[in-house]
Amino acid sequence: MAEQLRVDDRVELDDKDLVVVKNLKKYFPITGGFLKRVVGQVHAVEDISFTIRRGETLGIVGESGCGKSTTGRTILRLLEKTDGEVYYDGKEVFGLSKSEMVNLRTKMQIVFQDPYSSLNPRKTVAQICGEALVEHGLAKKGKEVNDIVSETIEKCGLAPYHIRRYPHEFSGGQRQRIGIARALTLNPEFIVCDEPVSALDVSIQSQIINLLMDLQQDMGLTYLFISHDLSVVKHISDRIGVMYLGNMVELAGKHDLYESPLHPYTQALLSAIPVPDPKKKRERIVLKGDIPSPANPPKGCTFHTRCPYAMDVCKEVTPEFIESAPDHFVACHLVNKR
Amino acid sequence: MATVTSNNINSDNRARSSKVESPWKVMLKRLRRNKLAIVGLVVLIIMAVAAIFAPFLTDFGRDETNLARSNAAPDAEYRLGADSLGRDIYTRLLYGARISLTVGFVATGLRIFIGVVLGGVAGYYGKTVDNIIMRIADIVSCLPFLPMAITFVAIRGPSIYNVMLVLAILGWPGIARIVRAEILSLREREFMEAATALGISDFKKITSHLIPNTMASIIVSATTGIADAILTESTLSFLGLGVAPPTPTWGNMLTDANNQFVLQHRWWQWVPPGLVIFIAVLSLNLLGDGLRDALDPRLKQ
Repeated sequence: MAEQLRVDDRVELDDKDLVVVKNLKKYFPITGGFLKRVVGQVHAVEDISFTIRRGETLGIVGESGCGKSTTGRTILRLLEKTDGEVYYDGKEVFGLSKSEMVNLRTKMQIVFQDPYSSLNPRKTVAQICGEALVEHGLAKKGKEVNDIVSETIEKCGLAPYHIRRYPHEFSGGQRQRIGIARALTLNPEFIVCDEPVSALDVSIQSQIINLLMDLQQDMGLTYLFISHDLSVVKHISDRIGVMYLGNMVELAGKHDLYESPLHPYTQALLSAIPVPDPKKKRERIVLKGDIPSPANPPKGCTFHTRCPYAMDVCKEVTPEFIESAPDHFVACHLVNKR
Repeated sequence: MATVTSNNINSDNRARSSKVESPWKVMLKRLRRNKLAIVGLVVLIIMAVAAIFAPFLTDFGRDETNLARSNAAPDAEYRLGADSLGRDIYTRLLYGARISLTVGFVATGLRIFIGVVLGGVAGYYGKTVDNIIMRIADIVSCLPFLPMAITFVAIRGPSIYNVMLVLAILGWPGIARIVRAEILSLREREFMEAATALGISDFKKITSHLIPNTMASIIVSATTGIADAILTESTLSFLGLGVAPPTPTWGNMLTDANNQFVLQHRWWQWVPPGLVIFIAVLSLNLLGDGLRDALDPRLKQ
């Protein structure tokens, strides 16, 4: 017990932390009726706290609708928060003025899932990637911008002559490279990768993953890597957080997490990874029932409705997200009782 | 997943050729392939040139009358006949093009400007702003056109500029609705979120991301709008609210011929202006179609 440290107390003391998320909440209103009154709220992100260290890749996994993407977008302030704090390099992101926010935008970027809707069909690659350089006054329109863009897309595995082309002239994988190049032209420190490979086929997935890893090494980037594909996340991440229904249930180094998962949900999730060996018998933990609606999340531990080990306390008290083992955070009464 | 694949492969051959073309050239090339659009463009250019160089293309003055030859049928002197005051129809057709084309283009330009600005702002900001602008649009489109136009022109006095203004002021809600509807769907696309993440300003997001994506529908409604404006101008001129009588426009030339006897016995007084309006409108529509296709980078070939 003495070793248990709350995440909240640790943060800000540490210089290595680039992004610190504290008790972040994001609810979406549900409006209904003739007057569009708010009749309820979708609890997309419910009180989550974690830190991302400089130069690392933090993976976030979870099934669809668990709030992974919302978390990523709220950190970047593409969505306004409902409650909580996000610190980027010691500064509260939601406390910044409009012009300070514009400056911060050059440091944090995002790569999207869908390489089709994420590129404006009426702009050339040079315009898509170079627009922000002009907007922030980092380069003059014309040759200067084009040179930077050519250099960046070459880094991303495309050829310089591609900059005059339109997105529809490229394949899905190439489009994703353009999306990555767009994020890189401003020379950011932190990139949220929102399922960047989920829309690609497997052979292209590995190319993009390797590209992201190479770029991380060359440019010293920090990633928040969101995915529902456990093997992809394991390959690229240093630490992994598991989300369930807007909550982070477990956060640990990847080896730690994959070898000794503590939370029952993580255990069930990991047991679902296919093993490429037909003879090997494996034990599947099959969860019963469906994921509850985030508009009406269960009381106590949100996972208690499907947890095979649910106890009485789980139905009443929300488990705290605490460090049960060194660098291994879990939110579970069963684990934290010990 | 751990298999390392080279990062430098272009898995696709589609983008491999190294020829680089500017977007304008691509558009012109596409437009050139559309024969009908080119015919439309050529006809419009000829009309515009004829309007500009009208004094050099005819021997008569614009309002030169010859009462001895009033209502003359086409012959060697009056190539397209003469009207009731003995003025040369061909000459008046040339000068009429100046007014008719200017009213068509300027009025539609103004209308699109107002419509795009208001529709763009309403669609992008949504909520209260959207509600206010669109309710105003509803009110304006409820106003009956002719009574409003008559009142407006009565207050400001009949002139070609007031005709343009009234066409723009009463005509913008249609364009605003189209632009707003398209922007409502476009702003939810991920490239708009990417623009936010890149720190692009609202103004730039609207003008350089959203509006270019609505160009196709704007152009289509603009071409029909120009045709409409030419016709509306003739209506207003007929009511004595547009262009004052001695100045010819295609519209008021048509209305000059507005009686049974003329229609039956003096075809040269109404067929030429009618035909010219018809050809101008048709050319505009053909060109509009061609432009819409040429401006869409997603369509190949």
